[in-house]
Amino acid sequence: MKNTIAERIFDFLKNFPPFDLLEKEQLFKIASHVKVIYIEKNDFVFKQAEYPHENFYIVKDGAIGLYRTMDSDQILVDICDEGDIFGLRPLVQNDQYLMSAKANEESILYAISVEILKEIINSNEKVKKYIIASFSSNIKTPYARTNPGNLFANIDNLENDNTFSEVQTAQYSKNPIFCSKETTIKEAALIMSEKKVGSILIVEDQKPIGIITDKDLRTKIATGLISIEKKVSEIMSSPVITFSEKITIAEAQIAMIKHKITHLCITKNGTPNAELTGILSEHDIVVLHGNNPSVLIKELTRAKEVATLKYVREKTSNLLKGYIEQNIPIAFISKIIAEINDAITIKAIELSLAEMETAPPVKFGWLALGSQGRKEQLLITDQDNALIFEDVSKEDYKKTKAYFLQLSEKITIKLNTVGYEFCPADMMASNPKWCLSLSEWKQQFNTWITKPTEEAIMMCTIFFDYNFVYGDKELVHKLTKSIFKSVQSFEIFLNLLGKNALKNPSPLGFFRQFLVEHDGEHKDQFDLKSRALMPLIDAARLLTLSHNIKDKNNTIARFNKLVKIEPQNKDLYLSCADSFKILLHYRTEQGLKYNNSGRYIALNTLSKSDKLKLKGCFKSINDIQDLIKIRFSLSLIGL
Amino acid sequence: MLNFFKRKKYPEFWQKHIDTVKNCKKYANYENIRFVALDTETTGFDYENDRILCIGAVAIQNNRILVSDSFEVYIKQDVFNKETVKIHGIRKNGTEIKVSEEEALIAFLDYLDDAIIIAHHTKFDMTMINNALKRLNVGPIQSKQLDTNYIHKKIATEDRFKKLFSLDELCEIYNVKKHDRHTALGDALITAYIFLKLTFKYKKNNVLNLTELINTNYYLNK
Repeated sequence: MKNTIAERIFDFLKNFPPFDLLEKEQLFKIASHVKVIYIEKNDFVFKQAEYPHENFYIVKDGAIGLYRTMDSDQILVDICDEGDIFGLRPLVQNDQYLMSAKANEESILYAISVEILKEIINSNEKVKKYIIASFSSNIKTPYARTNPGNLFANIDNLENDNTFSEVQTAQYSKNPIFCSKETTIKEAALIMSEKKVGSILIVEDQKPIGIITDKDLRTKIATGLISIEKKVSEIMSSPVITFSEKITIAEAQIAMIKHKITHLCITKNGTPNAELTGILSEHDIVVLHGNNPSVLIKELTRAKEVATLKYVREKTSNLLKGYIEQNIPIAFISKIIAEINDAITIKAIELSLAEMETAPPVKFGWLALGSQGRKEQLLITDQDNALIFEDVSKEDYKKTKAYFLQLSEKITIKLNTVGYEFCPADMMASNPKWCLSLSEWKQQFNTWITKPTEEAIMMCTIFFDYNFVYGDKELVHKLTKSIFKSVQSFEIFLNLLGKNALKNPSPLGFFRQFLVEHDGEHKDQFDLKSRALMPLIDAARLLTLSHNIKDKNNTIARFNKLVKIEPQNKDLYLSCADSFKILLHYRTEQGLKYNNSGRYIALNTLSKSDKLKLKGCFKSINDIQDLIKIRFSLSLIGL
Repeated sequence: MLNFFKRKKYPEFWQKHIDTVKNCKKYANYENIRFVALDTETTGFDYENDRILCIGAVAIQNNRILVSDSFEVYIKQDVFNKETVKIHGIRKNGTEIKVSEEEALIAFLDYLDDAIIIAHHTKFDMTMINNALKRLNVGPIQSKQLDTNYIHKKIATEDRFKKLFSLDELCEIYNVKKHDRHTALGDALITAYIFLKLTFKYKKNNVLNLTELINTNYYLNK
């Protein structure tokens, strides 16, 4: 019989995974057995520890919050909106729900019989995989480790603070060197020497039963306690500590400290009774633990030519790719990349200085501007920089300026060779306008602040985010002081900066209204930089400036500082910082994926979870813009 | 005597309907009550001359719309009004599988079982159905009936003096998306959504029981 409702439900479900993977008949069977549920705001679909329903749920309209109660706190784990499935617990095991599901707004849900889905899962491997993955991939915490097969990984992650080491799966050596327990100590030592390793495993039936390390040879053999002709079993440490292949660095470190050992055995299932698959040494962890960037920086300090800088910068891109793939927190990534960027710039300056015929006539400072100044430049972009030199007498000015312009030109050319392209707007120290003495800079900023034309405001947004890279720090301090004095004496400037911060409205309505670029090359694409990142950058700059905070140029650091200054707005600022991290991570990921600036996103490439992530970020933008609107009375003064 | 005589002659399907409704014991416990949200598409609004084109219905129990428990039937037409084709889209010789009016009604009563009927402007749909039953020498429908219009009026006291709310108006008020508007089953589903929302609202100030709900509806179920 015809069933219009089932057809409509079919049409809805087929847009969302895993239903899009089903055969038509399978999906129609599901659709025609759906129960439609209406639920009011703040009502529960189910509660934590409740016994599972016969159904799981998909959100048709509205939004369902998943909450986990810990002690007395209700923690929002995830928000499900249109097309999201939840309440899959009964599918996995007939056990109590681990979370509560509460309607965040009035919602319509489709309840789908677990029994029917179970039947389908058994015949459709792809659906099975998706269901498992949907437990482990977590939308709310974008840095969560992807750990397929580990159901409810999102809860594990909720309990961890995802620091660098915890999210990373340790890389162990997959070809462990081993011998039998009948081997003599001498033979074992010969194998170790030949293979250039510091340890050898003793294996019986492919299972690790003991280990000998350099230390054992040193303390037990070289001291003459035991003869080298004895069997390895005489001196081996036994039993060995075993872990599964999924061991994280954090787990490995803890295990090593706890057992006072330097080597862990990796076996198929993590128990000592399973087949040996690898060995993880303390050294492996040291290598993993940020050794790569330090090697790069070491290489930079030793660099004698631009080609080396270029090589390091290319290496850095690989490093970045690895970090993004491993979901390492963006704040950590940007710190490392900024260090390398700065080190490259410093080297470019040093190399250029060496090429000059004379030493600099007076002290000077090199400033990075814009995203590099904020230490948020992850993907390689064009260069924005400026130079400031000590005040000199009138007669020396021309000569001095000429010297620094020549120097700047050398530096910018080198940076260009490295890969930081020349700034199309010529915001570089090689431009006479941006290679100025201290008093000239003070004057320049004062003009921008007291005569805030639209262009002046735009300049401020670029030049306010300067970061001292090389030279005399004192010069830059003096400039900063002068700028803050100007800002304080001309308060309306902040209101104007506030207006500027709101010029790109929050894209909250993005997914419904398609707030995308309407013309040009990037038609039908979303401008992530100007629509999402810039509003947050502008807001952070404005608010820290209004609090007279001098030493914070980084957007995340600025929001964190604001949290301390305005504890009453803590949640808002934290959510802004989080959103910024997510967006920056996302942009970097996009940029790496498509080998471009990552600035524009094609709408049709967005996955459901990407959309949700972005939507969450846009909410923060909306909120911070509301705050700015009120605080800087933008509606009142009619700006 | 005449009544007694008549009753003896009831066809089996009609006798069954009478007995089912009379003997139903579910009405005391709200969660057990099966509601059937229904809508009809007709050739027009004339009770005597127009005919039912389609009956669509979906069951609701314990605040859940049961898609598997739904009903949709298209009826062969002798009367045809091309004006209303624009509204319901059912053509005289459309592709839907159509059955005779009698078959449709028998199937519907079988589906209806002991359910309470819920519709929007119930009087219209019921009169159309009852007139069709009359052509089979039976009727009217014995089931208890509710009307979303009247339940809404009971809750939304600020609109007390407005007599009629259209289905579209209620969709606006209760934020129900209008998919498949003007298909019988589509409108039945919309009615079901509205009914769920109404009963949720109703529950806040009233104890939800059938008698109270039926009392919102002062001209049906006399």
